[in-house]
Amino acid sequence: MAANPMSQFDVYRIGPEIKVGAFDISFTNASLFMILSTVSILLIFNLGSKKNSILPNKIQLLAELSYTFVSKMISDTAGSKAKPYFAFIFSLFMFVLFCNMFGMIPYTFTVTSHIIVTFVLAAFIFIGVTVIGFIKHGFGYLKLFVPSGVPAVLLPLIVVIEIISYLSRPISLSVRLFANMMAGHTMMKVFGGFVISLGIVGGWLPLSFSVALTGLEILVAFLQAYVFAILTCIYLNDALNLHH
Amino acid sequence: MVKKIYFQSIFFSFFFIKEAFAAESGGMPQLNPEFWVSQIFWLILTFGVMYLVLSKLILPKISNNLESRKSQILENIEAAEKQREDSDAKLKEYDEIISKSKLEANSIFNQAREKALKDIDAKREVLDKQIDNEIAEAEKEIDALRKNAPDKINKIAIETSSELLQKLIGAEVNNSSISAIVDDLSKRNGDKYYGN
Repeated sequence: MAANPMSQFDVYRIGPEIKVGAFDISFTNASLFMILSTVSILLIFNLGSKKNSILPNKIQLLAELSYTFVSKMISDTAGSKAKPYFAFIFSLFMFVLFCNMFGMIPYTFTVTSHIIVTFVLAAFIFIGVTVIGFIKHGFGYLKLFVPSGVPAVLLPLIVVIEIISYLSRPISLSVRLFANMMAGHTMMKVFGGFVISLGIVGGWLPLSFSVALTGLEILVAFLQAYVFAILTCIYLNDALNLHH
Repeated sequence: MVKKIYFQSIFFSFFFIKEAFAAESGGMPQLNPEFWVSQIFWLILTFGVMYLVLSKLILPKISNNLESRKSQILENIEAAEKQREDSDAKLKEYDEIISKSKLEANSIFNQAREKALKDIDAKREVLDKQIDNEIAEAEKEIDALRKNAPDKINKIAIETSSELLQKLIGAEVNNSSISAIVDDLSKRNGDKYYGN
């Protein structure tokens, strides 16, 4: 591995170049880890749902705990109307979580550390939520930008702010995840580089930092997946239950 | 001294690291659009497939499992509650039976005791009467015996003394004179002998 802390985010082709029209859809290391994440998710949850015993075994318990965790998160933040979107939010949470966690293994690639990946997810959520909002409430969904109980003088300003904050949702959602992942991995790489360059004499200090950072990054990996999913729930809640 | 060298080496090595990084730095690979389309394509493909499999096959199974477990547990709890109620009712019944039978046993015992007491009283009366009769008879007999006793004794005394005299003197003595003496003696000493 090169000493450059950013080189871990390099995307490179694995196998031949595949082109569809003008678009390059070659299989890359990013694709590899997307497939690894999804396959391991499907494997774990398939194993966890195969047998239905009253006393669940470990893998079944894992699957059922994640199921109840996500379903509780959705019902707490978006209410019972969000039930049809459970499968999507569950997949989203698991996908982001597994991509983050795979990134914690040394020499792996972190899918979610790429702005394009997180932005596509966030944009899909944004568009989906907006469409759901308009389907449920028609043009009444625009009331979202007009909070009740605001003095008429302030209303134009508030509406502008609300629209800007609404439009910045996909950006904040995608940048939050991408920046967290990139910053954490870069920092770990930098401290790892210190360990090598300081050698056996001085390397112990950055090594201990590195160990502590690894624990922190695992926490961040979980937390960012959770935040991503819960923000999706909150946006969905806005679209389903118009409160303003 | 060792400490100083240690920290100096750490300090100086920072310069080398900076140089090493500076030589290779080439911006963020994330902003290089070369593989954006590929990443979007594979993201949609993998996420789409995962979503479809999860939502159509796996998640319904998990929710089914959870539901069936929940209902089974509820059923078991209901059954347990029912059985507890049953056992409570049975316990009540049992208690009632016990208290009833206790009362019955008490009354039977009391009746039996009263009956036995009556029996005993009746028998005692009969026995008392019998005993009184017997005592009275015995007293009569004793009285009769006591009345006859001095005569008999006197008779014995007379006969004995006449025989004694005959053997001592060798001559017949008039029985009437002896009996007169004995009568006289017994009258004088009768109180001393019979205690009356």
